Amino acid sequence: MSPTFTLDGKEVPFREGQTIIQAAHAAGQWIPHLCYHPEFKPHGSCKLCTVTVNGRHMASCTTQAAAGQVVESDTEALNGERRTLLQMLFVEGNHFCPSCEKSGDCKLQATAYDLGMMTPHFDHFYPCRPVDASHPEILLDFNRCILCSLCVRASRDVDGKSVFALSGRGIGTKLVVNAASGRLADTDVAMDDKAIAVCPVGVILKKRRGFAVPIGERTYDKAPISATEE
Amino acid sequence: MSEPAKRKLRVATTSLAGCFGCHMSFLDIDEHLFELIELIEFDRSPLTDIKEVGECDLGIIEGGLCNAENVHILREFRARCRKLVAIGACAVNGGLPAQRNHLKLTEILEEVYHTSPGIAQGLIPNDPELPLPLNKVHPLHEVVKIDWFIPGCPPSGEAIWKALTDIVAGRDPQLGFGLLRYD
Repeated sequence: MSPTFTLDGKEVPFREGQTIIQAAHAAGQWIPHLCYHPEFKPHGSCKLCTVTVNGRHMASCTTQAAAGQVVESDTEALNGERRTLLQMLFVEGNHFCPSCEKSGDCKLQATAYDLGMMTPHFDHFYPCRPVDASHPEILLDFNRCILCSLCVRASRDVDGKSVFALSGRGIGTKLVVNAASGRLADTDVAMDDKAIAVCPVGVILKKRRGFAVPIGERTYDKAPISATEE
Repeated sequence: MSEPAKRKLRVATTSLAGCFGCHMSFLDIDEHLFELIELIEFDRSPLTDIKEVGECDLGIIEGGLCNAENVHILREFRARCRKLVAIGACAVNGGLPAQRNHLKLTEILEEVYHTSPGIAQGLIPNDPELPLPLNKVHPLHEVVKIDWFIPGCPPSGEAIWKALTDIVAGRDPQLGFGLLRYD
């Protein structure tokens, strides 16, 4: 019999070494997240998956499950904090959903829908982040980057290339590519790289594919992200 | 004794730096308009052509702020409406007009009126009647308190109807899955 912890009052079994979010998702209980991805090592940066473990705030993607933990996730207080994190992500970048190719397939947008974010609330930064259209097949639109580092991890750990990296610190942190020129065209990126497919928002886009799927048939048009993803 | 007639909510609407798309979407509530008109009456609105906003229960504002006149009208609405609703992407986050925000206003005016191809000896308009553009486009909540938001570009007729019926019933508007949209 596997050990268990409780998540919002329900018993969740886990295997030794599993994190709370892994065990929760395996048991069919959704915890919102953006930088977590089941195929990669956790990064623990977006903090959206924060839960309380025995009353303490912990990122569920970096906290190992342990027997007897009392974990709370779907509470008004925690969802309120998650909405605030989302609002900060929205105002720090330039997220204009009506003109974004990723709209309807975007995890940031879908998570904000799921958590009922009606307004970005804070003052907008409107940062100036020029796009990189140098590559013939791939567009980088940094305006939408949420610094989840999934492309960084995918390129380094799966593709073995390190095409992408996060550079700088704090509010100055930005996504960069591994070329002296700073241009994607001068890297060894390839169309079938995992890094190209993993972006949860509309930063890494295959050119000439935008708006191919009509509104109503996109990933999160049919069901909320909490009912769509594992 | 007959019940006293319920007072209708007095509602003002306007479009600032918007495209009137949200107003068009409001008309998409179709036959609900008949129900709505039993509950509300319009003050200043493109639908009445009243020019000055009076004392209202509710102000519904489409579009963000791109010039000084937008700010003036928004402040009038805030002063005279008990509750304000920001409707649509532009009112909520600046929307399409805010995509000029990473460019310098002087450079935009230069390019539009001076240097773009096909313009011979163009002049940047400077008639005193024209409201001065703001350096950056702002959403409404950055200038006055906004009570409720209905995002969407535009929000669907169903979303607008849901939000309005919530408000008329005295509830905070809630848009569930399918109605809450940013695009």
